[in-house]
Amino acid sequence: MSQSPSRAAPAFRAVAPLAVVAVAAVLPWSTVDIPGVFDGPLNSPGTLQLLALCLVFGGLATGYDLLFGRAGLLSFGHALYLAVGAYGVDILVTHAHWPLWAAVPAAAVGGAALAALLGSVALRTTGIAFAMVTLAFAQVGSILTQRDPGGLTGGEEGLPMDGSRLPGFLVGVANTVNLYWLALAFLVVVVVVVHRVDRGPYGRVLAGLRDDERRVAVLGLSPYRFKLVTFTLSGGLAALGGVVYALVVGGASPALAASDLTLSLLVMAVLGGPGTRWGPVIGGILYTYLDQRLTSLGGTGAVRHLPGVLRGPLSQPLFVLGAVFILAVYFAPGGLAGLGRRGAALARALRTRRSDPARAGAGAAPGAGATAATGATEN
Amino acid sequence: MSTVVLLALTGLGLGALYFLIASGLSLVFGLADVLNFAHGLFLSVGAYATWWAGGRLSGPWGFTVAVLFGVACGAAVGGLVELVLIRPLYRRPTEQVLVTVGLSLAGVALLQAGWGADPRRYPSPQWTQKVTRVLGADVPNDRLLLIGVAVLVLAGLLAILRFTRYGLVIRAGVENRAMVSALGIDVRRAFTLVFAIGGALAGLAGALGGVYFGSVSPGQGASLLIFAFIVVVIGGMGSVTGSAYAAVAVGLLQQFVNYYGTAGAGDICVVALLAVVLLVRPAGIAGRAAT
Repeated sequence: MSQSPSRAAPAFRAVAPLAVVAVAAVLPWSTVDIPGVFDGPLNSPGTLQLLALCLVFGGLATGYDLLFGRAGLLSFGHALYLAVGAYGVDILVTHAHWPLWAAVPAAAVGGAALAALLGSVALRTTGIAFAMVTLAFAQVGSILTQRDPGGLTGGEEGLPMDGSRLPGFLVGVANTVNLYWLALAFLVVVVVVVHRVDRGPYGRVLAGLRDDERRVAVLGLSPYRFKLVTFTLSGGLAALGGVVYALVVGGASPALAASDLTLSLLVMAVLGGPGTRWGPVIGGILYTYLDQRLTSLGGTGAVRHLPGVLRGPLSQPLFVLGAVFILAVYFAPGGLAGLGRRGAALARALRTRRSDPARAGAGAAPGAGATAATGATEN
Repeated sequence: MSTVVLLALTGLGLGALYFLIASGLSLVFGLADVLNFAHGLFLSVGAYATWWAGGRLSGPWGFTVAVLFGVACGAAVGGLVELVLIRPLYRRPTEQVLVTVGLSLAGVALLQAGWGADPRRYPSPQWTQKVTRVLGADVPNDRLLLIGVAVLVLAGLLAILRFTRYGLVIRAGVENRAMVSALGIDVRRAFTLVFAIGGALAGLAGALGGVYFGSVSPGQGASLLIFAFIVVVIGGMGSVTGSAYAAVAVGLLQQFVNYYGTAGAGDICVVALLAVVLLVRPAGIAGRAAT
């Protein structure tokens, strides 16, 4: 009885993402107003900017998960490469007066090059030491952006992008829709790259590194080289994300380089489901949405009427997200994607029991069915 | 000359603050293998508890009692976090790190919800705001206080580690945890103890850090924590004396370079020092040993 879904699954899997992207691409033409979820109709600039931010972070979380979920590298310095992209394109356009088409690849390649350089040092350590070294490197970036060397980064205020030097279709409230499409394109690029990596032999090596590095070394492959390539690729994707972020928000701010941002990316990946295909995308989108919306939710009537003990914490998005995150680590180790998978396995097991009372009567069979189903979906 | 003395003593004061944070962090990491991002939260809890109690107590011993209250709060939070949150996750190091990350995010947000994001003025006693003349340099008293407390803490920690039974268990556990468990000793009780000690030291660092900065804010712990991490890695994870040496080196380097170079250069030099130490001695100055 499980034949039909499994036969339909490959076709569905191939078509569904394309359909989602198509829907996302035509979304700005819709004037649907969803009260409570968004402040304005879908095609209003405010909503589109919120959605664009969500998409950018969906892509960034997926790029981070290439390190964390796939290669098993716990980096606490990912924000650095994001900041290099954002500040890089901002400085090149605003201070150096480069045209955007030249500044974007320069910033992205700069981020990847820095990742290669710092990665070559940091990857000499493993595990927790690696986490701390990447954290320390990123801290330098954070200090530099705040100290405003040579008036380049604008210090604590951040550096607003000089709009007059950008192509016209990216500037102005009326053109927010183009920024939305840009963010969507970035997400698609990241997802395609990461999935390509995932499916190829290179992705198998990464999974091997995550699970048992010594085995990979015994097979004659160099773990260091694979990790460095992954670190560089991930850094480049983060820098590209930083570029898109700077365009969407209209500048760069020191918060981009702070270690809290890396922690947010980690939370996104874990909430969505590290190492899964769509988990980090969903985690990134959901986290960003909640982070942006919970702040305004704190001012709405539903929260305002709560007693003071609850009202204070609930108006702090990070408290809600942090608490949800801790609960997720305990009770949903695979994140949202893992929950979906387990739910599907459970539903299948229940269906087996109902459609086949004779087997259910045998006692042990439903349990066996459930384990088999779990095993099958996990492969 | 007086500038050098002043810089050396203020650098030592900063190093003392780093040591108070890093020693607990290092012990927790050395014994339990937990990279504790919530350590900054323990620090903030200690700082706010002292601030709260200091505003209500007066008299010559008021501030001392407030600091003790802050230390007790830090220890209680540290022990509780270990018992409730970390204990179910032993043998799953990544999940432990994730939980402490979540805890640091949620805890700081909770402090912010309670007392706001803005810095609060700290009830430092009068004498900490004065200066003492040492070899021709006017050294702020709070730096001297930090140095004195750090020396006492170092001596106390080493005494506990060397001369008590729990110290013996902790030292053995840092070196080889599996062997200690195999000998029938409940290492988990030592884990809770180490977390409580770490929380107490972080609380003390928070209480004295408030005097150092003159104010408390929810994010204070997080910014100090990164330098404490660097001190822990340079000193060798799990080593208390290694942390002390590394804290002194980092504090002095930061103070001198920030004075003679441009602002922020000292912080960058510290990271460069970290990179050099890691390339030359990946296990840190002390290697893996508790004392």
